[in-house]
Amino acid sequence: MSTDGDLLHTVTADDISDSRRRLGKAMVWGAALLCAGLALWQMAFETGRVAHGFGTWRPVLYAYVLWAFALCAAQVIVNGEKGKRTLFVLPAALFVISLVVFPLLFALYISFTDWNLASPNGPQPNGWANMVEMWNDGFYWNALKNMVYYVLAVSLEYVIAFSLALLLNAEIRARKFFRVVFLLPLMLSPVAVSWMIGKSMLEVRFGPISRLIRELGGEPSFFGTPEIARFMIMAMDAWTFIPFMMIMLLAGLQALPKEVIEASKVDGATGWQSFKEVIFPLMLPVSVTAVVIRIIFKLKIADVIINVTSGGPGGATDSVTSFIFREYRDRSNVGYGTLLAMVYLVLIVIIVTLLLKLVSRWMERPA
Amino acid sequence: MTGAIFKDHASDRNVKAKWWTKRIVIYAALLSWTVICLFPIFWTITTSFKLAPDVMKGNLIPWWDFTPRWKGWESIGLSPRLIGEVSTVREEFLKRFWNSTVVSISSSLLAVVMGSLAAYGLSRFNYRFGFMRNSDISFFFLSQMILPPVVLALPFLVLYKSLALLDSRIGLILLYTLMVLPIVIWIMRDQFHGIPIELEEAALVDGLGIWGAFIQIVLPIALPGMVAAFILSLVLCWNEYFFAALLTATNATTLPVMVASQTGSQGINWWSMAALSSAAIMPLVIVAIFLEKYIIKGMAAGAVK
Repeated sequence: MSTDGDLLHTVTADDISDSRRRLGKAMVWGAALLCAGLALWQMAFETGRVAHGFGTWRPVLYAYVLWAFALCAAQVIVNGEKGKRTLFVLPAALFVISLVVFPLLFALYISFTDWNLASPNGPQPNGWANMVEMWNDGFYWNALKNMVYYVLAVSLEYVIAFSLALLLNAEIRARKFFRVVFLLPLMLSPVAVSWMIGKSMLEVRFGPISRLIRELGGEPSFFGTPEIARFMIMAMDAWTFIPFMMIMLLAGLQALPKEVIEASKVDGATGWQSFKEVIFPLMLPVSVTAVVIRIIFKLKIADVIINVTSGGPGGATDSVTSFIFREYRDRSNVGYGTLLAMVYLVLIVIIVTLLLKLVSRWMERPA
Repeated sequence: MTGAIFKDHASDRNVKAKWWTKRIVIYAALLSWTVICLFPIFWTITTSFKLAPDVMKGNLIPWWDFTPRWKGWESIGLSPRLIGEVSTVREEFLKRFWNSTVVSISSSLLAVVMGSLAAYGLSRFNYRFGFMRNSDISFFFLSQMILPPVVLALPFLVLYKSLALLDSRIGLILLYTLMVLPIVIWIMRDQFHGIPIELEEAALVDGLGIWGAFIQIVLPIALPGMVAAFILSLVLCWNEYFFAALLTATNATTLPVMVASQTGSQGINWWSMAALSSAAIMPLVIVAIFLEKYIIKGMAAGAVK
């Protein structure tokens, strides 16, 4: 959308007096000074330079919230009608900036310290030592390698989701029933799923699937060998998230122009031909959106792994997130764990940006 | 085309047979996926009514090869016998349940309010914050989606510790709001693009301000979209485990954390785990059955332009 000026035009004669403008500015600066003053005082108290202070940093937080409200109110006071427009976006922007940008900067700092929650010294900067440790940490590289496998599994999920969407789009009875049933796995929390499937249905002695395999003459072992364990994690994750892609693809299928498909039928295309030549190419944009979003979700996979295998056997199922989770939980290694997370973030940003660039060039439309 | 009318030619009967095979294949595929989707849920719910021998013998069908008992539900204090009595396990469970409810509903509400405002602003006005234009601001919001939770988890742990927000519901609400905000903005932006701008122009001519037009004219039209965004956020927040496991300890623990903490210690005590899992998934299963329309609408919103 590249229209010059607003889509919704407003014409107002703002007549803002100088005193009103001064009031607005005074509010913002006053609140900011209060916040900064409290922060400085609290810092002085924690380093022992001032005798009296607060038990926690809460008052600084309250002052910060006050400043945020003052900033929003000042928009209207100072800028009038233009300020009212800014007020739509400002709360969300302030919220995201204060909850993402500050913690990220802080994370950047702690990722170059040797901070261990168990050590009494607190964070001590240690330069590139964490980097070197990461470089030699086989388990981290192993987790990254596993992430590649997990992401590749999306292609299979995509095939299944597409076939299910086609099935639901066919002329069937009880479509609503099937749609609700197919949607259900998405509603279940991964933690519950990891018990329901991972810990009970796949249990070697009494689980129903183990029983079935034994009936068929096999010897059930789901988390013994690395390959099968990884496959099981993928299957559980796929089970929960296939409905997600399926719904997006189904929406795409229902938005397809009926005439084109009719025309291909009239021209004598068989079912497979009309799928390959008409439906699939028309569905490409939706498919790409669904797959990209699924990959983004997949990169965060952790809950099932933490609860079913906790990374085993021998790190074969570890994802980056679950690895860092254990690094923190078992070893309280905050500095090193944060560095790993930051490196992962950088990798993700690079990969997703490249992916989006590739996709948008390939599709010749902004993704 | 006489054959099509009289249907007595061999090739016509062939068409009929082909049609039937196609039907059968479609329904067979649908039914087998239905089994795949429903069996784990069926298994969990039936297991919560089993006793130890039923679990070990692998009995599956209630009343057919085992008699349902309330033992599993008694372990979280939710059986007909215990419902009138005082029960500490039930208190514990209800506390977690209440935490989950409060946290997921408030963060979804907060996200829907802020996200709708931002999405409306971005779809109607041109902003310039420094070098950032509208598309940059949209991208800034949406790019939060790729931020993995691990990156924020440890800084937040330290931050919350100094703010005394650790193990509090407010801390979780703030984080969850942050987590679902990009998704809400993504859905709502699409919704507002679909509303014709002439409506607001008419309202402005009739003397409403931009906020008046937004609240009185646009909001009622966009309400179904907001409900969709709200429910999708609710699902994500209710199921969230990672932050809850790291940032809560005793007071603000949510249901997933409770389920996870019980998994390890239970052994073959499956009935109580099954009852707990069933109780944890039940609210969303009910939501899915009755509000399926909105969930699908929400997820479809971004996919189809």
